[in-house]
Amino acid sequence: MSTRGKISGNTPNPFASRRGLNQFNNRLFTLLVWVVGICTVLFICGLLFLILQKGLPKLEWSFLSGLPSEIEEGGGIGPTLFNSIYVLVISLVISIPLGMAAGIYLAEFAPDNKFIAFVRICVEGLASVPSIIFGLFGIAIFVEAFQIGLTILGGAVSLAFLNLPVLTRVTEEAIRAVPIEMKNASFALGGTHLQTILRVLIPVSLNSIITGICLVAGRAFGESAVIILTAGVTTSGEMWDFSLFSPGETLAVHLWYVQSEAIVPDATEIAEKAAAVLVFVVLLINVIFRVPLWLNARKTRV
Amino acid sequence: MGTLIDIQSLNLYYGTFHALKDVSMDIPEKAITAFIGPSGCGKSTLLRTLNRMNDMIPGTRIEGQIAVGGTDIYSREVDVETLRKKVGMVFQQPNPFPKSIYDNVAYGPRLHGIRSKGKLDEIVETSLRSAALWGEVKDHLKRSALSLSGGQQQRLCIARALAVNPDILLMDEATSALDPISTLKIEELAQDLKDRYTIVMVTHNMHQAARVSNQTVFFLNGEVVEYSDTEKLFSNPRDQRTEDYISGRFG
Ligand SMILES: Nc1ncnc2c1ncn2[C@@H]1O[C@H](COP(=O)(O)OP(=O)(O)OP(=O)(O)O)[C@@H](O)[C@H]1O
Ligand SMILES: [Mg+2]
Repeated sequence: MSTRGKISGNTPNPFASRRGLNQFNNRLFTLLVWVVGICTVLFICGLLFLILQKGLPKLEWSFLSGLPSEIEEGGGIGPTLFNSIYVLVISLVISIPLGMAAGIYLAEFAPDNKFIAFVRICVEGLASVPSIIFGLFGIAIFVEAFQIGLTILGGAVSLAFLNLPVLTRVTEEAIRAVPIEMKNASFALGGTHLQTILRVLIPVSLNSIITGICLVAGRAFGESAVIILTAGVTTSGEMWDFSLFSPGETLAVHLWYVQSEAIVPDATEIAEKAAAVLVFVVLLINVIFRVPLWLNARKTRV
Repeated sequence: MGTLIDIQSLNLYYGTFHALKDVSMDIPEKAITAFIGPSGCGKSTLLRTLNRMNDMIPGTRIEGQIAVGGTDIYSREVDVETLRKKVGMVFQQPNPFPKSIYDNVAYGPRLHGIRSKGKLDEIVETSLRSAALWGEVKDHLKRSALSLSGGQQQRLCIARALAVNPDILLMDEATSALDPISTLKIEELAQDLKDRYTIVMVTHNMHQAARVSNQTVFFLNGEVVEYSDTEKLFSNPRDQRTEDYISGRFG
């Protein structure tokens, strides 16, 4: 009836159809992202739940701290859990300072030339080399060159090598991502390069660096190939053995060992419980490394 | 008014590009000197030579002399950090650190070794007062500087620059990212500060130069075309090119 309706009825609106199509695509895409996102999250949560639900209810203190047994039922994971944490801590103590230093060097000091570009490609390549290669490297150094056999030291240092390229890369990227304006502000106030790095660049990029550290720590905690080759599949059989030269079977390796090699009757149960502990500790590591970030954030808000 | 900054036959090259051509001028102390000119004529470049921020741009080469308070700032004995402490800078975009308001202002003094809480508190308060920001932030100094508005952030950056007690304040289009009210506040602030500091500001806003500065320098393609008292330059320019520029005929 109205002229308005007539006009739009007779002359096709040039914007309407395209808009409709775009709108449709937009909705479809949004839906797709949601569905895929929810599926992924459900899958991950389900996986976590399955692992934890199988193992956690059966956990007792005696399992966590007990010695493993070779033949009878009821062996614990005490020494292997201890080794896992001990090896992880040593490897991080070695790799975090070195990796961060290398990353800061590449981001802040390295000249812009072909050689450094080549170094960067190498670091990137090393970051994706299969871990077993680092295990072989560890054997070549510790077992063959130094002749110290399969030890915690060898395992920890090999793990540190494994993590070094990733940490270097992550640190470099994080430092580079800090806006140049912030660097300029610090320099303009009379800050030296070192002061600027310590007081601006690192704090600002800490979030990304810590995410990187969490990733490598989780990977190192669950790593088995490197440990089997450099630290062995046995422990010294004692609890709290801090000797760097003891054999250093870790929890992840023990898990593999009981499932594939061991002859204990309760192998499956041990594996389930060990898996739950493994996952739980990895989650814990992530929480622990975030604490400095929370403290940092608390300082600026209030 | 004595001369504080004395620039003599300054040439600056970015690689092979000749960005500043035989620039000479005397900048008086405790006054506001404005640099105007079309984009790319070298205003920021000249400003950055005064606190040696150009040192960080690879391939920069400088000839000629700049003396601040009688000392050649490009001589070997000069410590760049000490120079930058005396010659503060405020940038075009507000660039507070992602730290608290307090830590932003205290950043400079801490760099230079001041640790005492009482002394830092005092510096933070006087600097924020000088930057006309104290009233707005005094109750939440612990809040993140990023929660401030653009204009407040810029005044925070001014406070941060004042906190190291400079003699000279360089402002590179410090108001171009701000709304008219914030701009006005910062202009008033500059007026107040010129009793204690020597201010050199770059601006694209001719009215701003006319309103706040004592001296104005007009640049074109890396050369100084005209340098005189602001009033004279705007009312009665000597050079035809200056007149064309200020009357909006090019640039
Ligand atoms: N880092 C650099 N490397 C090479 N050339 C540069 C560099 N910085 C500036 N230039 C050149 O030097 C000239 C002067 O630049 P400058 O930034 O000083 O101009 P400006 O007058 O501040 O301009 P605007 O008003 O747009 O800020 C320009 O032609 C620019 O291209
Ligand atoms: Mg500029």
